[in-house]
Amino acid sequence: MVPPSLQPAAGPSETPRIAVEARNASKAFGQGDALTRALDDVSVAIRKGEFFTLLGPSGCGKTTLLRLIAGFDTPTGGSILLNGRDITADPPNRRPVNTVFQSYALFPHLTVLQNIRFGLDMLGRKRAEADARAAEMLALVRLEGFASRRTAQLSGGQQQRVALARALAPEPEVLLLDEPLSALDLKLRKEMQRELKRLQRETGITFVFVTHDQEEALTMSDRIGVMRGGRILQIGPPREIYNQPANRFVADFIGETNFLDGEVGAIAGDTATIELAAGSVTVRSAGLDRGQKVTLAIRPEQVRIGEAEGLPAVVTGNVYFGTDTHCHLELSGGAGVVARLQSAADDATPLGEGTAVRVSFTPGSVQVLAD
Amino acid sequence: MPPAGTPATTEATIEAGRIRRNWLLAAPALALLLIGASGPLLIVLVYSFLEPGDYSGVIWKFTPRAWFEIFLKRDIFDGTLGVADAHLTIFWRSVRLSLLTTLITILLGFPTAWFIATRPRSQRALWLFLITIPFWTNLLIRTFAIMEVIRNQGVLNTVLLQAGLIAEPIQILYTDTAVLIGMTYVYLPLMVLPLYAAIDRFDFRLAEAGYDLYASRLQVLRRVILPLVRPGLIAGSILVFVPSLGAYVTPRVLGGGKNMMIGNFIELQFGQGRNWPLGAALSMLLLLIVMAALLFYVRVSGRENPHG
Repeated sequence: MVPPSLQPAAGPSETPRIAVEARNASKAFGQGDALTRALDDVSVAIRKGEFFTLLGPSGCGKTTLLRLIAGFDTPTGGSILLNGRDITADPPNRRPVNTVFQSYALFPHLTVLQNIRFGLDMLGRKRAEADARAAEMLALVRLEGFASRRTAQLSGGQQQRVALARALAPEPEVLLLDEPLSALDLKLRKEMQRELKRLQRETGITFVFVTHDQEEALTMSDRIGVMRGGRILQIGPPREIYNQPANRFVADFIGETNFLDGEVGAIAGDTATIELAAGSVTVRSAGLDRGQKVTLAIRPEQVRIGEAEGLPAVVTGNVYFGTDTHCHLELSGGAGVVARLQSAADDATPLGEGTAVRVSFTPGSVQVLAD
Repeated sequence: MPPAGTPATTEATIEAGRIRRNWLLAAPALALLLIGASGPLLIVLVYSFLEPGDYSGVIWKFTPRAWFEIFLKRDIFDGTLGVADAHLTIFWRSVRLSLLTTLITILLGFPTAWFIATRPRSQRALWLFLITIPFWTNLLIRTFAIMEVIRNQGVLNTVLLQAGLIAEPIQILYTDTAVLIGMTYVYLPLMVLPLYAAIDRFDFRLAEAGYDLYASRLQVLRRVILPLVRPGLIAGSILVFVPSLGAYVTPRVLGGGKNMMIGNFIELQFGQGRNWPLGAALSMLLLLIVMAALLFYVRVSGRENPHG
């Protein structure tokens, strides 16, 4: 049997740098009134060699999208393409795509080595070749010496590595990872995050990673697709997602954000004034109309506390986090704002409750979200 | 008088009391086992080494003759010894039909159990309930019902004749096939239930993992599912094979007395045959075969499950 990855792609691929692509993919379960759209007309193109993360709360459709790419489910609409070839109708065993399952799904009746060899055996690789490849994989995930262990004898982190080695052994075009780190404790999770990045760099394989952990997504990904309600809300590199969230959900889901409701006031050239209850803020005017209701999104680290200029506010409390302190403020008009103040060695005393201050924002850091 | 109980002797006394009390608590169960299981078995064993009485019963005189009689027969004209081929035929038929019954119940029971285990949890109870309904009816009545289906003027032949698929009725009743159909019907639930229990425990994500790693559906079945539901498969096979081997009612009714199995042959020795020692020896042999099958089961399942 020819490994699927070596089969020639049908027809010329129009976008050679795209590894896997979903075109208007939909997946609905049930019928009539009980119809739920797990995935609603989603299009995304994942580039070759990229570490792409699907990020969203549970039930947002990220795992459904992953299952469509793996072939476990068939889309009710749209198509899945691999290297420009339509693979929508191909069963999972004919797709050069492998999955690392959330539960690892290691075969309990096989040893570690047999688990890793499974895909190679199914592809009909020669015994010696499969043995060599499996040994190579064991070394890659640093589990030399565990070859003949039963999977039940391994710790969670070790099982995770076996699952990775097993999925990487057949050299898939795309590796799908379904919340692979969620079962690990914090320390091990951080270690595996670095490990995953290393494996991705060393193998050059396209990773599609699913997580609900925004920090995980920000630290590991080349690009992130933020999902909610079966749709992709925004696709972009971590910095872009964080600094220029497309809407209120993205701003709220990734990192912490202060939201201030206001209305567009005077527009002069490329600057506009947003009227808030506490005063006014100047932002770039692009795309804004006078009188439009908007929401301002400001990250806590972009909030500055001073005495001279800005919006009048009162300190309502402080929360100490070690590396920084969150200072809670109430603007005149009642809106709450959190400022993140980096802890400095000599800056030991926080502003006392009830202190009257002025709040301003780093120029260019205010995102205007249309309601 | 020795000093009142050093700690060691006190502990020993308490321990002895505990053991005595435990024996007392276990006594009813032990008595039941002794009277209900070991006792009768011992009687059967003893009878197998006695001489048959003229009209029935036994003569209390030791002889291993019954055991030889199972395999050998003395020619009534010239008195030479020969192989008891009639007995061997019965043994072979019993083993063959029991193995075939086991095989067919696996082939029918596996998809059935799979079907039930893959229904939504709320529906499974209903399906399991349906599987167990036949158990409520007397075995004899169920066997007669089968007879009604397969006899020459029965449902099956009538339908086939009416449909023009056959010109004359197929003789199924009073053949080995009839016995096979009857035993498969009767013992199928005993295969389905343990298989269901095993498949229910099976993590279906493992099948997905296999499928993801380039295994075809057949390979997933062979390399992932079967090894993991094997304990259920073995348990079901034992539950079907053991009673099949000793079946009495089904071969009697559907086999028509011609196609005897061990169970019928044993009954014959205690009835018309008037050879109680031979019947006793045959019973012991049947027990040995069943025990061998169970030992095989314990070995196979024990080896396959090192971590429970």
